[in-house]
Amino acid sequence: MSTSDVKLLGGWPSPFVMRARIALNIKSVDYEFLQEKVGEKSELLLKSNPVYKKIPVLIHADKPICESLIIVQYIDEVWTSGPSILPSDPYDRAIARFWAAYIDDKWFPSVRGIALIAEGDEEKKEAVQEVATGLELLEDAFPKCNKGGNFFGGERIGYLDIALGCFLAWLRVTEKLNNVKLLDEAKTPNLCKWAESFCSDAAVKDVMPETDKLLGFAKVLMARFKAPPAN
Amino acid sequence: MADEVILLNFWPSVFGMRIRIALAEKGIEYEYREEDLWNKSPLLLKMNPVHKKIPVLIHNGKPICESLIAVQYIDEVWKDKSPFFPSDPYERAQARFWADYVDKKMYSIGRTVWTTKGEEQEAAKKELIEMLKVLEGELGDKAYFGGENFGYIDIALIPFYSRFYTLETFGNFSIEAECPKLMGWAKRCHKRESVSNSLPDFHEVYDFVVQLNKRLGIS
Repeated sequence: MSTSDVKLLGGWPSPFVMRARIALNIKSVDYEFLQEKVGEKSELLLKSNPVYKKIPVLIHADKPICESLIIVQYIDEVWTSGPSILPSDPYDRAIARFWAAYIDDKWFPSVRGIALIAEGDEEKKEAVQEVATGLELLEDAFPKCNKGGNFFGGERIGYLDIALGCFLAWLRVTEKLNNVKLLDEAKTPNLCKWAESFCSDAAVKDVMPETDKLLGFAKVLMARFKAPPAN
Repeated sequence: MADEVILLNFWPSVFGMRIRIALAEKGIEYEYREEDLWNKSPLLLKMNPVHKKIPVLIHNGKPICESLIAVQYIDEVWKDKSPFFPSDPYERAQARFWADYVDKKMYSIGRTVWTTKGEEQEAAKKELIEMLKVLEGELGDKAYFGGENFGYIDIALIPFYSRFYTLETFGNFSIEAECPKLMGWAKRCHKRESVSNSLPDFHEVYDFVVQLNKRLGIS
């Protein structure tokens, strides 16, 4: 299969895009990474994802697949010769999907909430607590999923590892920008150890942005966000 | 070995209906338990400690939460009958995409239509009609979203048909007039026993929403 058969529309800072890249790496699939310019949406993106107009979009043999977790499942189902991403047991799959949905619907929005809450230590404290509560739930879930291995997926990284791990760089950036500790070894030792294993995994390390690079990007983004509107 | 299948539900819930339809399509026998959402059972709180919500599917003592996850689980466990997904990975991705599309906004937009008035309600109505038209476009001339076969997207969306009368009455509009093909699809689905047995009476749903609004102090 030629590289041009598989294209990924995205950007290096996006954790959602990272999910697709990790999945493609697990399956050793070569792909063309087409990076969107920040603040602009290409014709190809608008054509490939008319409903949401968002990255990531996987384009395989000219057919677009949208939504990061759907892309990951698609990659798992197409490239069957590589290691499996979703667990094989239906119940384990349901659990992995449950936590991935929790992360997307509740947990990551609360992480974003810390950065977007400008005022008041009290509000910030609440937002931080929400994030911490979520991490504690995931900490509890870890020994129920890992079957003795280093990852939620067991011996190898899997669906839930990808769903959560993609946010680690942004988590560190949020910690630095807001002077808070979110991933705390004292509270969530399993997750801290897991985070190290995840970030050093071969499928992850080249696509996980360096914290300082992402921090720089975040600062530019925030300045743009807070800048007075041009007249 | 006999499977023990329990569904914790609340009769007006569109999410619970999805699971009921899925179980019926597969011919699975199960115990139905009605929850009082103002007095949740210890079993519900134990089986869904994270969200404390219905529906919850319990299979041989193990809980599966979130309706679409439960529907996929049912399809994967009882895989020898009536598959909900096509076999082609691209078609499967499309099915997931559209079910997720329904999940993202349909309920909250609908809720805005029946709990607000004036500009807010008008905006929600407009958004809802747009969503239904997008879905109608995706349906095209097919019998079901799945093509010839009733499948995942159909299961995800058809429960909202039980809310159409409520939406039309509160919003003062006709979904049939706006989306005739989608209505055709809804009526076709409702002819299936799995659907007609799982959807409540539309007027009862409307009465429930009226009562709920009163209870929540929404005039």
